[in-house]
Amino acid sequence: MYDTMKAESALETKDIKFSARKVQVFYGETQAIKDVDVDIEDKTVTAFIGPSGCGKSTFLRCLNRMNDTISVCRVEGDIRLDGEDIYDKKVDPVQLRAKVGMVFQKPNPFPKSIYDNVAYGPKIHGLAKNKAELDEIVEKSLRRAALWDEAKDRLDISGTGLSGGQQQRLCIARAVATHPEVLLMDEPCSALDPIATAQVEELIDELRQRYSVIIVTHSMQQAARVSQKTAFFHLGNLVEFGETGQIFTNPEDERTESYITGRIG
Amino acid sequence: MSDSHIASAFDRDLETIQAQIMKMGGLVEEAILNAATSLETQDEELAEQVREGDRAIDLLEEQINEEAARVIALRAPTAIDLRLILSVMKISGNLERIGDYAKNMAKRTTVLSQLSPVNGATAALRRMAREVERMLKDALDAYIQRDADLAHDVLQRDHDVDQMYNALFREFLTFMMEDPRSISPCMHLHFIAKNTERMGDHVTSIAEQVIYLVTGDLPEDARPKKDQTSTDPNVTQPQG
Repeated sequence: MYDTMKAESALETKDIKFSARKVQVFYGETQAIKDVDVDIEDKTVTAFIGPSGCGKSTFLRCLNRMNDTISVCRVEGDIRLDGEDIYDKKVDPVQLRAKVGMVFQKPNPFPKSIYDNVAYGPKIHGLAKNKAELDEIVEKSLRRAALWDEAKDRLDISGTGLSGGQQQRLCIARAVATHPEVLLMDEPCSALDPIATAQVEELIDELRQRYSVIIVTHSMQQAARVSQKTAFFHLGNLVEFGETGQIFTNPEDERTESYITGRIG
Repeated sequence: MSDSHIASAFDRDLETIQAQIMKMGGLVEEAILNAATSLETQDEELAEQVREGDRAIDLLEEQINEEAARVIALRAPTAIDLRLILSVMKISGNLERIGDYAKNMAKRTTVLSQLSPVNGATAALRRMAREVERMLKDALDAYIQRDADLAHDVLQRDHDVDQMYNALFREFLTFMMEDPRSISPCMHLHFIAKNTERMGDHVTSIAEQVIYLVTGDLPEDARPKKDQTSTDPNVTQPQG
């Protein structure tokens, strides 16, 4: 029976959103990522786990070229989004980041109104022709981030006046407002209480219907709860990548096993 | 991989639960042997001891399940730790059932001591119980040593127990046809044989859990069924 289940999950192949081959990242002389090959599926939550300094955040930041902002950082290898090389000279990183949205560890709303926080991206990318369209995008984004009901009557208050969990959902609303195809989340719940965490996790599961979501997390339980695929990074290597259920019941690599069971590697 | 967790209390929890399984296994092995001995020697006192001893086995099963639930709730075990907890819960269930069969054998000992003995049957039953006890011992050794090969060996040996049961089944049938007065003791003896055969199945299930624990997969090869008494009408006729 177990085998038929495995066979069924294998049949359910999804489109590949990101395809990375032989990715190497250097910070000056130090190599942070070594030869990472991975295919990230569309409409799937992929979790990156691993100890601090293993390269998971570094790799995540390669996917929307956030590493461009670090002068000593050098990325080699091939990363393709829908088959297109995102490090090609023709690619505008700003446009890329509209397609590949990002949510950070600490909620970082702009010191502007809730409305403006969400409307900012669509405005600069010219996604709305008029105020009515912009209103619609703002409402839709806040609804997708499960914040609309709490925020609809006070869209003009400052985003920084919300609670931590609400601020994080505002940041998610801001990220989805530019119609991204992929959402990168770098420990989106580590500054949140368990209830706000559960709300964000519920949201991640809904976002999966539409986007490919990649989440970096230190909470193994969170990775197990929200993701369908899990990648374990260790010392800059992608050690194991597979179906989340399999990684957490019967990982193939000893290093994965040591890490997820809380043993010393 | 290192054997010890960063949280040493987690290691202690797992050690405790495994020590309980081994203790339970020891009690069950003893119950099987004592029940079979009491049957052969008509030792009613020993039979009573087996019946009394079943309480301790049941209690251990309860404790193991409570401890397993606690570890799941508090430690959220994964990978090998998760498989260990799952296997422990199943194995304790199997051991508890084997204990019940031993207790049942001891109960019938008391009844059988009032009835006329059936030639050679109790010695054959003791040999069968002895083989099941050896399989259980090996299955538990395989568990503690994480030895999947030994567990596979135990799986194979269940055939022998099935064949012993088939032989006894035919033998009892012959006795009953030859002498209707032997029907009553033979029925009891047959239940004992069948229960011992079921003990073997539970030992097999323990061995399968060992393989799951070590490899992460249950064994694929289904054992060929050697017990034909429930499917083949010909075996219900005495042969020869």
